[in-house]
Amino acid sequence: MQLRPVGPRAVLAEVGDAATALALATWARGRVVAEEIVPAAETVLFDGVADLSALSGWSPTDAVPDGPLVEIPVEYDGPDLAYVAAAWGTDEDGVVRRHTSLELVSEFCGFAPGFAYLAGLPGELAVPRLESPRPRVAAGSVGLAGTWCGVYPTASPGGWRLIGRTDAVLWDAGRDDPALLAPGTRVRFVAR
Amino acid sequence: MSLEVLEVGPLVTVQDRGRVGLAHLGVPRAGALDAPAAALANRLVGNDPDAAVLEVLLGGLVVRSGAGHWVAVTGAAGRDRAEWLPAGGVLRLERPATGLRTYLAVAGGIAVDPVLGSRSTDTLAWVGPPRVEAGALLPVGPTRAEPRPLDTPRAPKPGPLRIVPGPRDDWFADDALDVLCGAAYVVEADSNRVGLRLAGPALRRTREGELASEGIVLGAVQVPPNGMPVVFLADHPPTGGYPVVGVVDADDLWQCAQLRPGELVRFTRAPTPPGPPAPAAATA
Repeated sequence: MQLRPVGPRAVLAEVGDAATALALATWARGRVVAEEIVPAAETVLFDGVADLSALSGWSPTDAVPDGPLVEIPVEYDGPDLAYVAAAWGTDEDGVVRRHTSLELVSEFCGFAPGFAYLAGLPGELAVPRLESPRPRVAAGSVGLAGTWCGVYPTASPGGWRLIGRTDAVLWDAGRDDPALLAPGTRVRFVAR
Repeated sequence: MSLEVLEVGPLVTVQDRGRVGLAHLGVPRAGALDAPAAALANRLVGNDPDAAVLEVLLGGLVVRSGAGHWVAVTGAAGRDRAEWLPAGGVLRLERPATGLRTYLAVAGGIAVDPVLGSRSTDTLAWVGPPRVEAGALLPVGPTRAEPRPLDTPRAPKPGPLRIVPGPRDDWFADDALDVLCGAAYVVEADSNRVGLRLAGPALRRTREGELASEGIVLGAVQVPPNGMPVVFLADHPPTGGYPVVGVVDADDLWQCAQLRPGELVRFTRAPTPPGPPAPAAATA
């Protein structure tokens, strides 16, 4: 872990990958006093922090308790389903079988409130983003980009390959837990 | 008790000190862009520092008071004193001659329902109360203390934006910070509550490839591939994928709230690197 100062009040911890970043951020909650602890693809940002001495107690090999498991019902009818099937060397039913067989983990959020980057797709199933993003992707759209899977919480432009859609409410500012897929949450997709 | 909104200008939002602790869910912090002006307005009418005010871009706001209220107008075209607005009285905020954002505080605070612990409206993802439109009836909270009409705090002085290098200054040519601090940059017209977009000498990147998306702080100076710096303000995205060459001192960011497109801004290296929080664990 390398620490980089970010202005006078923040530090970026570089840990190399998203799974380790999630492990560090999960471990640090309650141990490191900070206004924000933000895991991302290779780093954890500690913002509004005065004392990072507790970090010396962390080891990348520390086990992190499993997060809650959420099941997301999906109608697999996305506009890129055929593209993904071809890329995976299967048919559309094959995409559904592979996708619903995975247990994914929300490693961090970004892009929009409640948009979770879900890890767990094996490397050989990686698909490229669209060359030019769609101007509007409907809320609940389930997409793939690289080895990431994500569900659009609100309608927005987007460049992920869309394989289906869900009625699950990913983001509700009125809920106690506004983000359904907060970092650490485990996810299974279920065909409807 | 309430304020009736009769007219609005280009953008009127409710703002307090922002929404903290939700960046990991993708929620921008929001909050008053000219924080010292909003704090002064609250102090003048006897409010808590956490009370919500109206942030008014380029004037145009007209409100009618349902009951008598102490109010204060600060920031662009600020009068910087407590004023009594009688029941039925109409307050009109003109377009300021200089600056961009005016703050209106009402004794008791704007008491719209908080969202996730704050009454601030974030204009990136629109988390928070809706933007204020004509016809809105804005509730006003109970008065906490007597106004302080003679409060004369020292206003912060404008000056170059003090910048601390990093965290990704190593993605740029060695002289990048000298380039940034050596010229005046012009404020671009697409600047907003998300960021102050600047035009001037390009900051040359020396590292190829893409930076993995990472957490961003308030005041971060992000540099997209065109080399033109963007100073991230209150509604900045919590994570981003372009390298951050340096971070502007939070105490200087109020100036970014008041700079108009076409105006000039300068940077200077922060005099003494304030030093990061003790990096007790340099390696692990």
